[in-house]
Formats: sequence, structure tokens, C-alpha cells
Amino acid sequence: MAGKTVRRRRITRDQWTAAAFLAPSLILIAVFVYGFISWTGYVSFSNWNTLTPDFSFAGLSNYLYLFSDFRFQADLRNTLFFTLFFIGMVIVLGMGTAILLDQKLKGESIFRNIFLFPMALSFVVTGVVWQWLLNPSTGFNQFLGVFGIQPRWYTDTNILAGFQWGAIEFGLPVAILAVVIAAVWQMTGFSLAMYLAGLRGIPEELREAARVDGASEGQVYRRVVIPMLMPITVSVVIIMAHISLKIFDLVYAMTGSGANFVTDVPGVYMFETTFRGNYYAQGAAIAIIMLVLVAVFIVPYLWYNRKGENR
Amino acid sequence: MTVLRWTNIFKYAVLLALAVVFLSPVYVIIVTSLKPLEEVSLSTMWELPSGIDFSSYGRAFMELAPNVMNSFYLVIPATLLSALLGAMNGYVLSKWKFKGSELLFTLMLFGMFIPYQSILIPLIQFLRTIDLYNTIWGLILTHVVYGLPITTLMFRNFYASIPDTMIEAAKIDGAGFLGIFRRIMIPLSITGFVVVAIWQFTNIWNEFLFAVTITNSDSQPVMVALQNLSGSQIVEWNVQMAGALLAAMPTLLVYILLGKYFVRGLLAGSVKG
Repeated sequence: MAGKTVRRRRITRDQWTAAAFLAPSLILIAVFVYGFISWTGYVSFSNWNTLTPDFSFAGLSNYLYLFSDFRFQADLRNTLFFTLFFIGMVIVLGMGTAILLDQKLKGESIFRNIFLFPMALSFVVTGVVWQWLLNPSTGFNQFLGVFGIQPRWYTDTNILAGFQWGAIEFGLPVAILAVVIAAVWQMTGFSLAMYLAGLRGIPEELREAARVDGASEGQVYRRVVIPMLMPITVSVVIIMAHISLKIFDLVYAMTGSGANFVTDVPGVYMFETTFRGNYYAQGAAIAIIMLVLVAVFIVPYLWYNRKGENR
Repeated sequence: MTVLRWTNIFKYAVLLALAVVFLSPVYVIIVTSLKPLEEVSLSTMWELPSGIDFSSYGRAFMELAPNVMNSFYLVIPATLLSALLGAMNGYVLSKWKFKGSELLFTLMLFGMFIPYQSILIPLIQFLRTIDLYNTIWGLILTHVVYGLPITTLMFRNFYASIPDTMIEAAKIDGAGFLGIFRRIMIPLSITGFVVVAIWQFTNIWNEFLFAVTITNSDSQPVMVALQNLSGSQIVEWNVQMAGALLAAMPTLLVYILLGKYFVRGLLAGSVKG
């Protein structure tokens, strides 16, 4: 460190060039990320709910409106259940397939590519296709008919275990599970790839040692491998949580808001109220709430990682 | 030995069942897109077409071709610019660290996770003032800026693996900041450029929120056009499926040909080095 300071004085020209390399990006990020977020925050406290901008101060009225609004309450409920089921399934399927593919089976790379390719697709493509696969009158229901079950998928307006809470019926909206299935199809590859990389980083000697100690194959995974994959699981949860909290394109392309807003999410509400309804201040308030929800996950994660780097 | 074989059969059975589910959308896309409109019906979704009919591809191509071109005009410059800026930032933030550089990097990374809804209203106002609203260049600027955190992260991790002693040796030989970047970092990070370029190409091609809010009609990228095609009242879903496949083709091809780099990008962007 001390040596560095001395050298720094000697080569100021390089220091200037380094600053010139970094400065454009830093300015862009400062303006486009932090400046614009502040501006959105400002709009969310204004009366700009018409086509022409009106920046007069509205206090918390946009937020108060949203939290008493049927649609926004439904969005928060849907987001909660979407996030829980989506993350849960992506982790279970991703870890499960990764462990299966790590067994040195023949054809491993074929299976890996089959599970990974949806990652290369757009949520819009996924939405267009799954809209048909989970259409209650065709798609998978043609097979399920054999067993006498005909789920109504995203057209189902039932709320499981529902009870009145605020303006809405709180409980699991069955329709959101159809969107979860499509999202899981697309994102499982992500967690699979991460878990595979994690598994390959666990030295074989560790598992061998556990086996020598008399652990069964199941115990080796439960006691040694899965705990060692914990940092990966944390990363997967964070990444999937931020995807699910800001999801927009998949829902918009696949189902839209749905009857009684059973498949609506804040991303769709924000888009429609701002750009179709010209309620800019309300849209800004939704966006700020989405940002806060994401920040709850992301900020501690980034902070922890930064500390980790300083060690 | 027999026990082992049985568990293997079980593992294959699970993998095969999953693979069938994962591939079923592909089957439906291909089969439906090859059917003429008369054969498309809800009850016969899974049936093979009576013959191969490319007319829905013709229709989809007519509808989407201008938007596919828009996507290429958007993706190529945006990818190159954000990769270049990412390399420059990554170089400084890994090899020319200064007091506070870690904090600046973390502040930058935050931009990767924000819901873009939270910057959308000011962004559109800003693009209107500088006359880039509803233009491809407006979208390019947007994707370059919001691509900076991820490209910087990838290059920073990549450059962190280049040993400092190499830089020190070059300094002793009289190389300066720019010389080291040009003659050491860039040549050593060709793979890095490939990984970042593939990642950005895929993400920008597939992006929808910016595309649908910043552009309308003539300058819309392909994903917006595809959404319009499937949202329209005419339920010709053979054309929808053909359109979906056409729109997905570039990124699918990249994945098929360069899948290894795609996965490296995925890992580089999520696991901190």
C-alpha cells in the first residue's frame, strides 16, 4: 500500500488517463441510475396524473391511493406467491437436475443443453408459447384429460385458502401458478448452471471422506454437498427474487392482468397506468415501491459482497 | 452391481421425463408453425401436420422482417459499445484501484438490479428532450448505459485473474496505462469480449420493457412486434408460432454454436470472482 502511494505520485499522467477511462461511465450511471431514480421519486410525490406534467406537491396521496387500491393489493399478493413458488421450484429443480447430471451419466451434455436452452429465449417468446400450452381448452389439458383433471390454469379465478384482507381476498391465486410454470421453465437452466459449477468446485476427497466415515449416498448430499452449496443458493435466491419482483414481459405476453387481476403484477400495473392511462405520478409511486422491494434483497447482498472483497 | 444399475435407470427416467416436459414447447412451436391454417385447432395441437407447409413462415417473415432488422441495428452497436466501455471500466477497477474505487463499483453494480420501471419516466422525458425518443439510437443509448454494470462486472472479474506481476513487469519495461491496456489486457481478454458480447447480444435482443416504451411503430425491435402479432385479434397461431421461432432464432443459434461462452457469461455475471 505504501509503495503504491509513492508510485502514484510519479505517474500522475496514467492516473489521469485512468480517470478519463472511468469518468464517462460513472457520470452516466450517476445520472441515469441515481438521478433518474430521484426524479421518479419526485414525480411520485406530485399531482402528475394527466397527460401534461403537473409537478405540484401531492404528499403521500399516490402511495395512499395505491395501498387502498384493489388492483395494487392484488398485485402485492400475486407477487408474494409468485416469488415464493418461483424461487422454490427453480432451486429444487435446478439443484436436483444438477446433482443428477453430476453423476457422470452418459448423455450428460445433451440433458444439460435441453435444460439450459430456454435461458437463451426472450420472456416474450416464452409467454407466447406457454399461453397456448396452458390454455385450458388445449395444450397439456389434452393429456391431463386422461386422468380426468382439467385445471383452468391462468383463467382460474380461485384464491386458495383465501380470506378477506383489506380490499382483496388474500390467499394463493391459482392462476399465478401457470405463470410460475412458464417462468420456471425459462429460468431453471440458470440455477442448474450455477449449481453445476458449484458441484464441480467441491473436491471429490470431501465426499470420499464422508463415505469412509460410513455416510450413505443420501447423507453425503444432505450433510456435505448441499450445505457446501449454500453460497450458490443465496446467489440464486437473490437473482431470482429480483427477477420475480420486477417481472413484466412474461405476464404481459402470456396472460395480461387476468380476471379480478389474478395474474396482475406491479410491473404490468405500472406500465398500463403510466403509458396507457397517463397516471404518471401513480406509475412513479408503483416503480418506487418495486425499487424498495428489490433493494431489500439487493442492498444487503451487495454490501456483504463488498465486505468480502476487502478481506 | 444390479442395485447400481437400477438407480441409474431411475436417474435416467427422471431426466428423460424432465427433458420431455422441457422440449414440449419446442415440439408445439415446430409442429404448429408447419401447419396450414385449416389444420390449426385447439383439439389437434399435438398432432403432426398432414404435410409440411411453410406458408406461416412466409406470413410471419412478412410481418416481422423490418423489426428483425431494427433489432440487428440496435443490438450490434449497443453490444460493441457496452463491451468496450465495460472493458475500460473493468481495467481501471481491477488494476488501477484507488481509494473509494470499491465503493464506486458497488454503487455501479446496484444499477444492474434496479427495476427499470423506476427510471423509465425520466428516461423517456430525457430522450424526448434530446430528440432520441422513438429512435433506435435512443434504445442503443439506453442499453449501453444500463448494460454498464454487468459488462464492468464481467471484465473486472476477468481482469482480476490476470496476475499483477505481469502489469508490474510491463511498467518496468516502460509501458504506461494505455500501453498495458492495448498490448496486454485486450489481447488477453478476447474470450472475455466473446463472453460479454454474447451475453449483451442475447439480453438486448430479448429485452421488452425499454423496447415497448421507447419506440413505437417503425422503429420497434422484433420482440415488440412479436407481442403485437400474438396480441392481435386474429388467432392464427401457426403464424404466431412461426414468428416466435423466427424471433428466437438469432439468440438460439448463438446458444447452439457458442453455448459454452453463454454459460460462462451467466456464471461471470452472477458469481463474484
